[in-house]
Amino acid sequence: MEPVIVTEKLTKKFDDFVAANELTFEVGKGEIFGFLGANGAGKTTAMRMLCGLLKPSSGKATVTGFDIYTQTEQIKKNIGYMSQKFSLYDNLTVKENIRFYGGIYGMRRKEIAVKTDELLSMLQLQGEAKTLVSELPLGWKQKLAFSVSIVHDPSIVFLDEPTGGVDPVTRRQFWDQIYYAADKGVTVFVTTHYMDEAEYCNRVSIMVDGVIAALDSPAALKKQYHSSSMQDVFYQLARNAKRKAD
Amino acid sequence: MRQLFVFIRKEFLHVFRDRKSLLMLFGLPITQIVLFGFALSNEIKDSKIVIADYSRDEVTRKITEKIEASRYFDVEENLQSAQQLEAAFKKGKIKMAVIFPENFAEDLLHSKKATVQVIADASDPNVATATTTYITQIINDYNMTSGNASMQPLQIIPEVRMLYNPELKGGPNFVPGVMALVLMLVCTMMTSVAIVKEKELGTMEVLLVSPFKPLDIIISKLTPYLIISVMNLFIILILSVTILDLEIKGNIFLLVFESILFILTSLSIGLFLSINAETQQAAMMGSMMGMMLPTLLLTGFMFPVENMPLPMQWLANLVPSRWYFIIIKKVMLKGLGFSSVWKESLILISMTIFLFTISLRKFKIRLE
Repeated sequence: MEPVIVTEKLTKKFDDFVAANELTFEVGKGEIFGFLGANGAGKTTAMRMLCGLLKPSSGKATVTGFDIYTQTEQIKKNIGYMSQKFSLYDNLTVKENIRFYGGIYGMRRKEIAVKTDELLSMLQLQGEAKTLVSELPLGWKQKLAFSVSIVHDPSIVFLDEPTGGVDPVTRRQFWDQIYYAADKGVTVFVTTHYMDEAEYCNRVSIMVDGVIAALDSPAALKKQYHSSSMQDVFYQLARNAKRKAD
Repeated sequence: MRQLFVFIRKEFLHVFRDRKSLLMLFGLPITQIVLFGFALSNEIKDSKIVIADYSRDEVTRKITEKIEASRYFDVEENLQSAQQLEAAFKKGKIKMAVIFPENFAEDLLHSKKATVQVIADASDPNVATATTTYITQIINDYNMTSGNASMQPLQIIPEVRMLYNPELKGGPNFVPGVMALVLMLVCTMMTSVAIVKEKELGTMEVLLVSPFKPLDIIISKLTPYLIISVMNLFIILILSVTILDLEIKGNIFLLVFESILFILTSLSIGLFLSINAETQQAAMMGSMMGMMLPTLLLTGFMFPVENMPLPMQWLANLVPSRWYFIIIKKVMLKGLGFSSVWKESLILISMTIFLFTISLRKFKIRLE
């Protein structure tokens, strides 16, 4: 499998605190890569370094073949990002949000119009194109936010705890969307602390205290730790964590 | 360029969807002008006065007519004796009394000199000074027109001229002040809130991950407020000219140019605040406390800066609106050209460049 993210001993220190310590991993094209860990384990830090939001302290990494120190501009064009906080504009309509995010990635009006129709019919939101986002239910907002983050057809999409506060049914639908995107060749890099979501990933990495404690497919990990669920695997790994969640 | 346009369009949508801030953006200049123009004027109009005329001749009658015709005074009654005077003052009904002694016209004719007594209620010194000045002017006026002056070539008559604002109207002073205040408020507060809002919502992160450049984010955030402020500028000018009878003496293009310069300074302050504030409330408080108070107190349109203690004067020099106020007064009221305001303009330009550079450097490409 052709790797799209390659890191080698990627480290981030904030003063004395080592948030991410010598992370080394690869993510293949079209893979759904889960990044697991308790709050404060360093997963958001790792993701931010890959997106160009944080400058690493040391180590090497490339994203879609570009260096994260020197080629952030090229990286930015090829990735999508959905933040922990809900990232659409409440007082813009569904259509205006899509148009805005498509627009800042340099898409032309025509392309955006085609894409908008495609997205809305996929989400079954055709009737809501002119509705303000603030009037949509949370689950729809979340699904829309995901669609918007891949509106410019990035090769990788980074999702930072995308399903926080969403009901289980919507979460399931959200993951259907992720699978659909991955089938089309988009690499999905997702952080989460829902263990049932970990089961949906092709491979997961579990971070404990800033280091990668385990990295494999959910099935292999369960076998290795003699557990029936990812929940149990995670518990075995994380119970010795020294860092307390903030 | 296309990306920039998409972003600016979005910013405009934000502004127009938010009724409350829209009301503030356009309501503020209008209310300010109306308030200062009619309610908070420090002009003294229709002061109640009494006239006691013991002479009752041609000259006193003419002077009395002139006083009655003036819009500064409202002649309550013509008293018969000085005894009634004190009572009227004590009741606080009148601000001033004008007393013509007996044989006023005769004295003027024969000894070429007559005295008119003016008694003012000086419990409010400003009002007393203003009203006595007005009455002196009216009497001097009479002197000139009646031809008495020419008959007395050796008498020295002080000729007072109130330059640039001969009628001592309040407008010429406060309109530049209101312009400074409104532009400052709109630009500083609105921009800082607009940027911090994105941080609070989490959308700033998404923007920073996009290929959109930080400088472009700043430009798109500032453009709508620049345009709105220019619209406000014209609203204020049109209102001033139409309802306050203010005459713009200088070059209108210079006036607009200097105003845009000041708008840019205010926008860069807003930008600077937003970069240091984490929440919308903090940004709001910062611009209210940090900008509105200094603007009100240290600009010079409420309290003259020249009369402040030295440290306050130094502080006032750091307030951009102080320089803008000077520029606008020179251009709008005195009709002076760029050659007399280049120093102040240079100060504003340097302030803008300084603040903008710091802000841009601090505006984190990477969220640390």
